[in-house]
Amino acid sequence: MSILVNKDTRLLVQGITGNEGLFHTQQMVAYGTNVVAGVTPGKGGEWVMDGKVPVFDSVKLAAEATGANASVIFVPARFAADAIFEAADAGLDLIVCITEGVPVSDMMRVRAYIDQIDTRLLGPNCPGLLTPGEAKVGIIPGNIAIPGNVGAVSRSGTLTYEVLYALKQKGMGASTCVGIGGDPVNGTNFIDVLAMFEDDPATDKVVMLGEIGGTDEEKAAEFIATKMTKPVAAFIAGQTAPPGKQMGHAGAIIQSGSGAAADKIKALEEAGVRVAKHPEELPDLLS
Amino acid sequence: MKIHEYQSKRIFAKYGVPIPNGKVAITPQEAYDAAKDLGGRVIIKSQVLVGGRGKAGGVKLANNPDEAKERAAEILGMDIKGLTVRKVLVDEASNIASEIYLGITNDREKRMPVMMVSAEGGVDIEEVARVSPEKIIKVHINPLLGLQGYQIRDIAASIELPRRNWKEFGVIANGLWKAYKGTDATLAEVNPLIITAEETLLAVDGKMLIDDSSLFRHPDLAEMRDIDTEAETETIAREHDLAYIQLDGEIGCMVNGAGLAMTTMDIVNLFGGSPANFLDIGGGANAEKVAAAFRIILSDPKVKAVLINIFGGITRGDEVAKGILEAIEEVKPTVPMVVRLVGTNAEEGRALLADADMLTAETLVEAAQKAVAAAKEA
Repeated sequence: MSILVNKDTRLLVQGITGNEGLFHTQQMVAYGTNVVAGVTPGKGGEWVMDGKVPVFDSVKLAAEATGANASVIFVPARFAADAIFEAADAGLDLIVCITEGVPVSDMMRVRAYIDQIDTRLLGPNCPGLLTPGEAKVGIIPGNIAIPGNVGAVSRSGTLTYEVLYALKQKGMGASTCVGIGGDPVNGTNFIDVLAMFEDDPATDKVVMLGEIGGTDEEKAAEFIATKMTKPVAAFIAGQTAPPGKQMGHAGAIIQSGSGAAADKIKALEEAGVRVAKHPEELPDLLS
Repeated sequence: MKIHEYQSKRIFAKYGVPIPNGKVAITPQEAYDAAKDLGGRVIIKSQVLVGGRGKAGGVKLANNPDEAKERAAEILGMDIKGLTVRKVLVDEASNIASEIYLGITNDREKRMPVMMVSAEGGVDIEEVARVSPEKIIKVHINPLLGLQGYQIRDIAASIELPRRNWKEFGVIANGLWKAYKGTDATLAEVNPLIITAEETLLAVDGKMLIDDSSLFRHPDLAEMRDIDTEAETETIAREHDLAYIQLDGEIGCMVNGAGLAMTTMDIVNLFGGSPANFLDIGGGANAEKVAAAFRIILSDPKVKAVLINIFGGITRGDEVAKGILEAIEEVKPTVPMVVRLVGTNAEEGRALLADADMLTAETLVEAAQKAVAAAKEA
């Protein structure tokens, strides 16, 4: 078991003929992910991956022909909102948007729409998901994690890889690793993923990687205290970040006295979460 | 991206928000001419991208063109919080009866824009929010529907705006929302919106922030970027597509990924050092990007050691090591460097670096300790 993606996921790739899209399709297929189709408007009828994956002009056509139930988006930022709306209107269950730099005004419209329907959006500006041994959707390197019972959820990319790798070094594996992305407005928040891990029989404990900006970690702390039985360990990046400066991720900014690392750490510790001083402590906190 | 007051107000005016007649001047003589054209009595306002201009002496009243010239001479070239005043806005002076605050920003928690209004305008709104939040009326705007007429009427009633001004206020509130939406702003603020002695409304000061991610669809706004306000290194970093923020410490950091870059700063601090910067070189640490990052980090004279922390995922560790060595060959840094490589082919990468007499580390803790020690010896 796992959450969101597994060996039954039938994935389509939006932007499959672009450099990024094609490269990561190769990586996903090599990992064993069932990539059933690609979409690039204007290139319908072509094939990629040595004639194994058909390309369609639209998500609707691709989903009808192949039974795809999830999409991963690699299109440029200016087309990302349109790509998300297209996948949502084609009725897919899961949309994972890897694209970085999507205007926040676009994401507010996307989120207002997605909240009204039964589609789950992950990202944008995220590394995607990995269920070790079953499927990888996005750009998380497959070889850094092994199957196991730790659920991982993170706002960051390489920091997540770092932690998965540190767990692997100690022989610990992941049920599913979920990157929710570093933008201020995204599709899925910490508490959504924590709730799924709480319900997942394959997940026994959870590691959560937060960072400065917003109050999602504080909300997660409240959720953990009131709704979770499984142990959670966490790390919050950005304790030395100055206020008012955007630290790489669009959402990583301390504004008007809100979003500082110290507040998040305090809230999590009060909720019984073991908070690591640095990420290399996490495997010990989880064992 | 910040834009100047005069730019913000011109955008507001385009969307129907009334602003004072005004002209931009870069010399005292131009200020004199502007004042003459505007009828004599004017406000001279420094155009710098920082708050508190008035308190710093950067906003002055002039009763005639000669005074305008004198005041402009005083303000032009003035240093306000580290920024040099290069332009002034010469605005026709208004007769203020009362001041209102009107602004729109994104409410991150609710994931939608929020219009904020206060009958106490002309002061620092964050201060009002802190001390007496009940004095700020907040109305959320559904991004799929836009600002509705009833919301504007509710606001007008809540701040007890005189009824004779409601219609005008409706035009202004709508105009501000359209300006906000039309420019993909993250802040559009009129502070103050005044009720004049003649009982009309006028936006005498304005401020806008534009979402950097949206600039691809606003080439006209992208040109408004004033690079005087950022450190030169931050400008160079942006040109190389690197995220860089200068800090006060002595250990330069070069990392792939924003979350890991913050973590690296934190761990340097945890082990008794202080980070000199945040720097995310992004995916695929090739020689060209690493070289640009070296130049930026080393241009800060406070830097005594550099910590390079790269997680090799899809980019292999040996490739990263080669890129680092090539960049070092080109830039020839003089401070000690500690490289921590982890992930795919990291051992091969570390071997390459060790052969070149580089300090390497396997864990984050070891890397931080070595970098802190190296900086102390230097």
